[in-house]
Amino acid sequence: MKYVGQSIERVDAIRKVTGQAQYVGDFHMPRMLYAQVKRSPYPHAKIISIDVSKAEKLPGVRAVITGECYTKRCGLYLEDKNFLANKTVKYQGEAVAAVAAETAEIAQEACDLIEVVYEELPAVTNAIDGMKPDAPLIHPDLHTYKVAPIFFPKPHTNISHHYKLRKGDVDKAFQECDYVAEHTYYIPHVQHVPLEPHVAIAQYEYDGKLTVWASTQSPYAVRQALSVAFEIPLNKLRVISPYVGGGFGSKAGTTIEGIIIPLAMRCKGRPVKLQYSREDEFQNSYVRQGLHCKIKTGVKKDGRIHAVKNEFVWDGGAYTEYGVNIVKAGGFASAGPYNIDNVWTDSYCVYTNHPVGGPYRGFGMCEIHFAIEQNIDIVAKEIGMDPVEMRRINGLRVGDKTCMGETMVVSGYHECLEEVIKDIGYGEKSESTNPRKVRGKGIAAGWKSPSMPTNAGSAAIIRMNEDGTFFLMTSGQEIGQGSDTALTQIAAETLDVDPKLITIRTGDTDHTPYEWQTVASRTTYCAGNAVKLACEDLKKKILELAQIKLGAYKRDLEFKDGYVVHKIYTDRKVPLSEFALGLAFDDGSGVGGPAIGVGTFTLENNINYDKETGIGEHPVAFWTIGVNGAEVEVDLDTGEVKVLRMVSCFDAGKVINPETFCAQSEGAMVQAMGTALFEELILKNGHILNKNFVDYKIPTADDMPELDVKYIEHAEPTGPYGARGVGEPLMVPGAPAIANAIYDAIGVRFNRMPITAEEVLKALKEKANK
Amino acid sequence: MKYHVHFYVNGDAYDLDVPANKTMLDVLRDDLFLTGTKEGCGAGECGACTVIVDDVPLNACLVLAPELDGVHITTVEGLSDGPKLSPLQQSFIKHGALQCGFCTPGFLMSATALLNENPHPTREEIIDSISGNLCRCTGYKRIVEAIEEIAARGQTAETQE
Repeated sequence: MKYVGQSIERVDAIRKVTGQAQYVGDFHMPRMLYAQVKRSPYPHAKIISIDVSKAEKLPGVRAVITGECYTKRCGLYLEDKNFLANKTVKYQGEAVAAVAAETAEIAQEACDLIEVVYEELPAVTNAIDGMKPDAPLIHPDLHTYKVAPIFFPKPHTNISHHYKLRKGDVDKAFQECDYVAEHTYYIPHVQHVPLEPHVAIAQYEYDGKLTVWASTQSPYAVRQALSVAFEIPLNKLRVISPYVGGGFGSKAGTTIEGIIIPLAMRCKGRPVKLQYSREDEFQNSYVRQGLHCKIKTGVKKDGRIHAVKNEFVWDGGAYTEYGVNIVKAGGFASAGPYNIDNVWTDSYCVYTNHPVGGPYRGFGMCEIHFAIEQNIDIVAKEIGMDPVEMRRINGLRVGDKTCMGETMVVSGYHECLEEVIKDIGYGEKSESTNPRKVRGKGIAAGWKSPSMPTNAGSAAIIRMNEDGTFFLMTSGQEIGQGSDTALTQIAAETLDVDPKLITIRTGDTDHTPYEWQTVASRTTYCAGNAVKLACEDLKKKILELAQIKLGAYKRDLEFKDGYVVHKIYTDRKVPLSEFALGLAFDDGSGVGGPAIGVGTFTLENNINYDKETGIGEHPVAFWTIGVNGAEVEVDLDTGEVKVLRMVSCFDAGKVINPETFCAQSEGAMVQAMGTALFEELILKNGHILNKNFVDYKIPTADDMPELDVKYIEHAEPTGPYGARGVGEPLMVPGAPAIANAIYDAIGVRFNRMPITAEEVLKALKEKANK
Repeated sequence: MKYHVHFYVNGDAYDLDVPANKTMLDVLRDDLFLTGTKEGCGAGECGACTVIVDDVPLNACLVLAPELDGVHITTVEGLSDGPKLSPLQQSFIKHGALQCGFCTPGFLMSATALLNENPHPTREEIIDSISGNLCRCTGYKRIVEAIEEIAARGQTAETQE
């Protein structure tokens, strides 16, 4: 292929190295007002009264709102969320009021003048406690909430979804096993930490038009949620999303937008801007849900895993409108990429008085694989088998059934595994020159499917200009992953034109066509399919006209380098630009009209799972599988873990752009390393103790290991040019690979993230005392 | 109370009256509309607002506006000669050293300051110079490689090819 599979330069590169790429925070508008938010100091409390009178009288204040004005709930899958607290606050930092003023400082001063009287309520600060029958109820009206039909809240409890997977007969199977063991794991809350904090601007015009400029992954999902919450028709609500400074899931769904819309509606046509601080970002965007995980594994003498019983208890936080789907996704993938006949999983989404859990790169997979992939190593060791041998025996092959009963049509598991074994030098001991430092190597696999509504849609439009250049329009959002470049390459390949002739436009619900959301590692796959179909539509229309122009059947014509060319008589050709406005005849008449192609994509036969068993023949679009290896060095005196090397191999189906693929793989490994070694949102009695970069450390250049990226390509049958999604899966095996390497180095198992120097040192001392 | 400051950004002279509590970052972004310099934390911890002030890379969010008087500032907008990119900017593109792009200006400024002072830094010196800049997308590898290429070539970052 000419353009697909090539490392063409990113289409956004020049703008980004010159500072000309515009993010929402860069927008300055005439007469713009600035918003600030009054937040709850308590994790759980009844709002007795809110007095905004002093705030309203402060000079420069233009609008003050409280949750009482907007009581309608909304949500992506479960309508449990208010943008401003209504009657009770459910987490520390929850918005109770907001102010728009001439400056951000005045708005902040006004927030300080708002007097809120609270009656503190007992808080749920642990998901396991939250499941108990006597736990305080965070959403007493849960049974009345509107919910998508694939989620099952338990009325009068804190459980907002219970996903059940029942494959085979686990009880009988455990009896047939030669070895059965149960292990528990805990994965704490972490935060996405996009470098650009959330920011949005809203403006309301008197004809009822509301425009929102938002740093979001999901302009259409934002539009839908806001339309429901504020009863604005979709043709009057425009969401514009320019460049986004990193998302990783935190900018999916809606967060900040619901606060500024009601402010803008009261500000007489003036735009209102709200910019989150870093502290807000840690506390008030989304966080990755915490997970309590229990895995019971039964194996046969030959190393075959015969039965698995999982219990996942997710700490969903105060609102789980989005989180319920992570809990479902975790259940779907709960056996890992392994061929296991008997699987029982209970995956519970539990309300707590913690920050709101939401989508984070991996969508539950990083969390469950920290457990699943350590568990494989543990069980292998317990039966005296090498962990990679156990992976070889149990890894999913083509034709095997997943834990949900779906047949694997593609699986690169074993090839990825062997590639990583070779690359990391698994089994070969390497030694530090310092006798107080020990080294180890570990391997982990991972899988992920796009977790989205089974009928989530994408659309694309391609327009040809008079000179043979093109505009490609989709609403797949460039958030750093390189989608603008990949989609441009798919269009260039399909039309056989130089990618430089194509300009991509995204992120404007009034002008770029529908895209469900830029999440689920779906953009290259779903939007990519729509782009390919749009270009094929354009080709078809042009070939109709070219038949007349070239006097040849369309079956004998093809697109080549910006021309329609006769396949046999290749000197018979016409530049594409001649069809841009249709075909003109010598007598002055014309046919065809301006050249435009439309493509829409919904994956067919993607069917919801069975409510009782969790089983589905085709519940997801595809599975992306890959393997990571890690080599670590542990300092026996300080407990510090240094990751020396990480290697990655995934089955990408088809890599559209090798350079951006490798770049994403590297970023994913380092992000996984951060969660494995240092990152944790420290929550105490519902309060976050580390809402800044001093106390919440993410990896810096100093921490960077040597990184090596490989890939294999078994085409995805339904993907554009065989591509499947990779952005999130790439992060999934990193943390358990590191944990397995640490075990290899020091013989200590950590069933909790992060594996900090303090934890390692403590464990080394305990081991020495035994 | 306002302070009168006379200063230069990317070679252009500016005269402004600034309040004592405003930051250099806010002056650049909100008064001069030089929005290439980003705010990631407002506390000097992420490096997204790095600019070069009299040859020294600084977090603009930590400098108060009255201190602008008499200084020469280079921001990301001053790195290229119009559309002609600096070798370092070109190297960032060549190595794919950017993804979302929000931290990119800060990295370019830290590295440019390093290369101006020391045209042949070692890998350790490069890593040290950018260890105050956070990036969540790239994993840093390509950023280090992009800077290394210019360090190896022995060009100062602002020399045009």
